[in-house]
Order: sequence, then structure tokens, then C-alpha cells
Amino acid sequence: MGQVLEVSNIHKAFGGIKAVNGVSFGVNEGEILGIIGPNGCGKSTLFNCILGQLEPSEGSVKLDGKEVTGMRPSELNRLGVSRTFQLLQVFPELSVRENLILAGQEHEGTMLSRFFGRRDAGLSEKADKMIGFFKLGHLVDAKAGGLSYGQQKLLDAAMAFMAGPRLVLLDEPAGGVNLTMLGDLKERLRAINAEQGATFVVIEHNMDFVMSLCTRVLVLAEGKVLAEGSPAEVRANPQVIEAYLGH
Amino acid sequence: MAEFIAYLIAGIATGAIYALAAIGFTLVWQTSQTINFAQGEFVMLPAVLVLLAIKLFGAPIWLGALIGIAAFILIFGAGFKLAVVDPMIRHGVLPLAIATMALSIIMKEGAKDAFSAEAQNFPSFVPTETISVLGASISLQHVAIIIVAFAVIGLLQWFVGSTRLGRQMQATAQNPTVARILGIPVERMVLLTFVINAALAVVASVLISPIYLAKFSNGEVIGLFAFIAAIVGGFNQVRGALVGGLLVGIVDSLAAAYISASYRLAVPLILLVVIILLKPEGLMGRKEERRV
Amino acid sequence: MTAPATHGSATPRQSRIAALPASVDGILVTLVLGAVILWFAPVGMGRYGTYVLSLWLVMSIAVMGLNLTLGYAGLKSLAQAAFMGLGAYATALLTGKLGMNWYAAFAISGLITFAVGLLLGFPALRVQAHYLAFVTLAFSTLIWLILRNEQWLTGGVFGLSNIPRPSVFGLKLDGALAFHRFVVVVTFILAIALWWMIRSPWGRAFMALRENPVRAASLGVDTRMYTLLAFAIGSAYAGFAGALYAPLVEFIDPSPFSLSQSFFLLLMVVAGGSGYLLGPFIGALLGVVLPEWLRVVGSLYLIVFATIVMLLLIACPQGVSGLLERGWAKLTGKNNLAKTGAR
Repeated sequence: MGQVLEVSNIHKAFGGIKAVNGVSFGVNEGEILGIIGPNGCGKSTLFNCILGQLEPSEGSVKLDGKEVTGMRPSELNRLGVSRTFQLLQVFPELSVRENLILAGQEHEGTMLSRFFGRRDAGLSEKADKMIGFFKLGHLVDAKAGGLSYGQQKLLDAAMAFMAGPRLVLLDEPAGGVNLTMLGDLKERLRAINAEQGATFVVIEHNMDFVMSLCTRVLVLAEGKVLAEGSPAEVRANPQVIEAYLGH
Repeated sequence: MAEFIAYLIAGIATGAIYALAAIGFTLVWQTSQTINFAQGEFVMLPAVLVLLAIKLFGAPIWLGALIGIAAFILIFGAGFKLAVVDPMIRHGVLPLAIATMALSIIMKEGAKDAFSAEAQNFPSFVPTETISVLGASISLQHVAIIIVAFAVIGLLQWFVGSTRLGRQMQATAQNPTVARILGIPVERMVLLTFVINAALAVVASVLISPIYLAKFSNGEVIGLFAFIAAIVGGFNQVRGALVGGLLVGIVDSLAAAYISASYRLAVPLILLVVIILLKPEGLMGRKEERRV
Repeated sequence: MTAPATHGSATPRQSRIAALPASVDGILVTLVLGAVILWFAPVGMGRYGTYVLSLWLVMSIAVMGLNLTLGYAGLKSLAQAAFMGLGAYATALLTGKLGMNWYAAFAISGLITFAVGLLLGFPALRVQAHYLAFVTLAFSTLIWLILRNEQWLTGGVFGLSNIPRPSVFGLKLDGALAFHRFVVVVTFILAIALWWMIRSPWGRAFMALRENPVRAASLGVDTRMYTLLAFAIGSAYAGFAGALYAPLVEFIDPSPFSLSQSFFLLLMVVAGGSGYLLGPFIGALLGVVLPEWLRVVGSLYLIVFATIVMLLLIACPQGVSGLLERGWAKLTGKNNLAKTGAR
């Protein structure tokens, strides 16, 4: 059980405002780490710093002990780090299957083989399997933009898993998803974690979702780590209760 | 040295014109995400309309000016916003930008067909004489342009900074969503920026046309330089547009005098490319973070 | 970005990609049929009619390139006419003054424009996608200045004449019909190449750039590489168009390569339907052929064309291709709005 991700002393300021103020944590192989905290505590900014969307003002990010700070999102993704966004991010004009093929096509072959090779990059079968796994089978050929919100959310998650990533960062996967689909989603995430050994980091506001899914929870407040531990430990921590009720 | 001062004054004068156009460009961009590729034609057309009104109605100059200017502000201030921007913006920024290109073609060709393909004299409101200051001969027209343009920009700054209406407009430019929550009539404020843009174009047109004459193709260079001025100064800053405009004007004037008359256009273009390479957020702009 | 709230969950619209096997063959068939028809079309049309048809195809190539850049990858390039000028002058100089054979000049024109595209795109796209518009705007004006001022090389406002036409297997293509057929073949090859590219994974990546570059990057799509490629290939198509344009008109001067011509080419992309493979042919038909046939309207045509484009942008931003698609959907009574084309 090695550390997949090691984040040390990340700082990020916008103008004068310190959004992230010295956050360090590690993620072990195969675990599901939850990150919670009140609005504006710097969760999303932290994600964006880890994933190369933003350049941290200070600090470093290591993947399997290798320095990846400031690496571009596409490069990181091809190293096996995948993500979803807080807001829905599917390609509305492409079909469900095309969305998934896109999510996988850059992970195999070269630019030349992607030009001269097969149109689906040999990924149709894999895409359909993934679609089936996320229970979107009846919608394979539908335009992603025409799906319901919950279905798009599932597709969004499916895209993050298409290339078989080692580490997946999910930004509020449960936001806006109804109860039935929430159960589905949780079940899918658990299955992928168990079967493929993928490691997860999940930002979430839905406490029930986090507490029942995650093996370990990190609490952020005002850009810093406030507490860390198992779901039960965190729930009982008076500082955490204070931070949430104080807001 | 005397020569240099004369070129400098001339540069500041044309720069002030570019600044007027660039400020309007920036205002419209801020409040409605409209990149107006017809901005140069906006400066070209008022002078043409004034002359057209004089020609068509046989009106005296003051009446012609009034008709031409009123028609322009109505059509290309309010009309532009209501007939082009509003129905188009829902399709996104790109179709709207292309629509303004179409508009620029319509304005240019329209001016050519309805008015004249040749340059026409435009009456000047100051004598076309030069005065001698410290051995440099300075055109009174240039001095007048600088005075009027700066007065107008000063007035605009005062309006935006010190009046209730102006502050509401500024709030709308900075964050329409919050402005709406605060009860500011956002739609009306956006319309107001379009009217101000048209008014600034009128001022620029009336100031520059006695020197450049009124011609359908005048907008090409003015538009290009206003564009460059806005980017060089910092794409979303009125202050930046002013600095950018003056800088482009001075660089242009000095380049024409000391480098090459046939490549005078190229120097501001190179300035643009250098700025994009070294300080892409513009001289006065603040760095924008990559956002998700 | 915008999350469609709850609508349309019951019967999601069919995706055009899903329907691709059908529609793609449709495009291929149209291209082949079109090439055959155009091969024979000018018989009995006379020199001028044939010339207009050839001009249509040559402009279509330039618009095709811009359609890749703008329609598929969503990038604003304001220098397509300048790139075309680069190709035209390169070809005219290489074949006319240096006596090089046309095929080599054609290849060099494409290479130059591709390389210049990379050179311009790299610094601009480092910042933000819309900076490409600013940089190409500057480039367009610079090229125009050089074409006009460097008389020793470009002939200045007097331009270059005596541009030789290419030959095939030792056969000179001096006649209007022979050269027209040559243009048909080159256009067909370039159109097929683009068709192939759009349906390859590259095309998918280009469209992903247009729709959501941030998400695309997070899925491993090298957005910088694909953006540069889309722009450079689009520019190379303008270079190819220029390489055909020079021997077609046999005389070139700076005026068809000015900034306003670049605007005009953009309007043709939009008029034909941006993001539709066959859109550029429709756009160039409206922008180039119609005014030649409607000589009476004269310079008013530009106003009419620009007005039509503005109305199209309001009513149907997908251009004429989009209108045809809507009409077809009405006719067949099916809601397959999203089925054909690429948008």
C-alpha cells in the first residue's frame, strides 16, 4: 500500500485572498478519501492546483513519488489521473458513445495512428461496456446534451473512468443527483474501487454520501486542514462540528 | 527637436481619437461580451451621415450635423444593441463577432454606394492654421482634438465614477449577475453603454474627419488601431484603452516620420505582437488566472 | 457548462454521430457525384462560365480550411485571405520567376502556410483562444503591407502577371476546360482528405475543443497540439487555394488578400453552415458565384450578402446547411435535427 498522491504545503492566493493556505495530505493506493468543508474553504481550488488547472503559488504535488507540480491537465490525465468537475462537463453535441471514445482515444497510439487508424480508435466495445456498467445502455446513441441531469452526471463519471485511471478526483459527484441515482452512483464507484483498485479523492457536500462511501475523511476550513480521520472520528470531532455550525 | 515635438503632438491627437474608439469598444465588450469588429466603421460613418444630411436636405451645417449625429446614435447605438446584439448573443460570442464583421461590410459598402467612393471635405470647427511653440509648428486642429477628446474622456470618467447612473453602469460591467440582484436595471445599463459607444464614435468622427476627410474606407485603419489600443492597454480597462490609444497614436506618428511611411501601419502591429508575447494581459490589465 | 435542467429525459434526440455511417456515406457520395458533374458541367458554358466554376471551387478550398479552424475547432482566424495570398504569391513567384514545376510550388505553398500557422498560433494560443483573432488580424495587415510595398518581389499594386498553368503528363492545361478539370480533381482530393480527418479521432478531438476545451484537456486531449493543428491545417488549405488561384486568374495583386476579404471568407463559412463538411461549397456559391452571375446588382451584392448572413445568424446560426437540414427534417417528418452534418 504505497502512496499514490502526495500533496505538500500547497498555497494559492487570488489577489490578496488566500484560497488555499498550506494544505498537505497523502492518498494511499486503493483508498477512497473524502474532502469536506464549508463553502469557500478552498476545496475546488485545491483540486485545480493538484490537476494543473491552476498553478499553485507554493508547494508540490507528487504522483507515485514523482514531481508533477504544474504539469498540464492533459499530461497528468495520460499518467492515469482523471477527474470530474463540479459543474457538468459532457460534450452535448456528441453521442454518449462518442463522449466515451473521446475520453479514451488519447491514451492509446500516436497522433498518426489516430489520423490513419480506426475511426473509433478501437474503443467502441469498451465504451459500450462502460455505458452498460453505468446503466446508460439504452442511450448509447443519444446526444449527450439531451440526457437528463442525472444521466449526464453518470456519463460524466463514466468518462472519468474510461481510460482505466489509477487515481480519480471527483468534484461533488452527488450534487444535484436524485436519491435513486445517488445509490446507483455510489454502488458503481465502490465496484470500480474494488474491482480495478482505483484510488479516489472525493469532494462532496452530501454528508451521508461521503460518510458511507469514504474510508478516510479530510476536513478543510479557511484554506487549511482542520481535521483528518475515519468518518466516525471526523463526525465526533468538536472542531469540525464548530466549523460547520459556525458558518 | 522642434520636429519631434510636432510629431509627438500629432501622435497624441490621433492617439486621442483611437482612445475614444477603444474606450467605446471596451465598454461594449465589458457589458455585453460584444467584440465589435465594426468599431472603425462606427467612427467613419457619422461624418458621412452629416455630409449626407447636408446634401439630401440642403440643410445648413449645424442642422445637418444634428440630423446626422442623432440618426447615427439612434441606429448604431440603440438600434445596434436591440436589432443585432440582443437576438444574436444567445447563440454565443462567436456568431455575434461574425455578425459585427457583416455589419462592418454593410456600413462600408453602404457609405460607398449611398454617399461617395471619393474622400469628401468635412468642415472643421477650428481654423486650419498652425501656431509656433518653441520653434515647433503645431496644428491648431491637433490641439483642438486633444482638448476636446480629453474633455470628453474626463466627462465620461466623472459620469462613471461620480454619478448614480454611472456607478450602476460600472457595476453592470463588472458583474451583471450581482448588479441584477442589487436591483440595477441591467438591460437599460447595457443599452446605455451602447449609446455612449455611439456618442464617443461621433465625437471621434467629427474630430478626425476634417483632417482625414470623410471616406468610406477610413474605418479600416481606425478600427484596427482602436482594436490594438484596447488590447495593448488591457482588454477590459477603460484606463487601459486610454493609455493604449495614446501609445498607438504616438508610435504611429513617430514611425511614419522616422522609420518608414509605407510601413507605418506595421509598427503598431509589432507593438501588439510584442505585448501579446510579453504581457498578454495588457499594460494596465491584471493577470487573469486560468479558470475551470 | 450549462446544465439542461430536467427536460428531454424521456426521448433524447438521436445523435448525428450515431447516424454517421449513413450520413458520412451521404457526404462521400455527394462529393463523388459533385466531382463527376463538375467535370462535365462546363461543356458549352464558354470561357467565362467555366472560369466562374473553377473560381468557386478554389474559393471553396479556402473556405473549407477556415471551416476546419472555425467550424470544427471553434477558433477565430482573421487571416484566411492573407494565407491564401501567401500561397498565391509563393506559387506565382516559384513557377513564374524561378520556373519551378507547379506541383512542387503547390506543396511548398502548403508547407509555408502550415509553418506560418504554427508560428502565429503558438504564442497566441499560449495565452487564450481569442488572442488568435488579434494575432491573425495583425498578421493579415502585415502581409497586405508587404504585398503592396515590396515592389521588387511582389510587383506592388501592379501585381504579378504571366503566371504559368501546370501541366499533367506533359500536357499543358492552358485551356479553360482542361484547367477546370484539373481544379476539380485537386478540390476533390482536398475535400476527401478533410472528410477523412473529420471522421477520424482527430475530428472528435477538434469538436471537443470547440465544445469544452477544459474538459477535453482533463480527458487527455492535448488541446494545445490539436488547436495548433486545426489552425495550421486550416491555413495550409488557404495556401493550397492560393496555389490554384494564381494560375487560374493568371494575374494577382494584393486586393483579394486584404483583411476585409478575410472577413468575407468568414461570412462564407457561416453562410454555408459552419461545422458542416459541405457547407463551404454552399458558402462560396453564395459569396463568389452568385455575384458573378448577378452582375447587375454590382457592388450592392456585398451589402445583400452581408445582410443575408446577419439574418441567418439570427434565425439559423447553422447557415444554409442548417436550414436544409431543418427542411429535410420537416419533409421526412422525423425529429432528426441533429442527425446529419457535424453540428
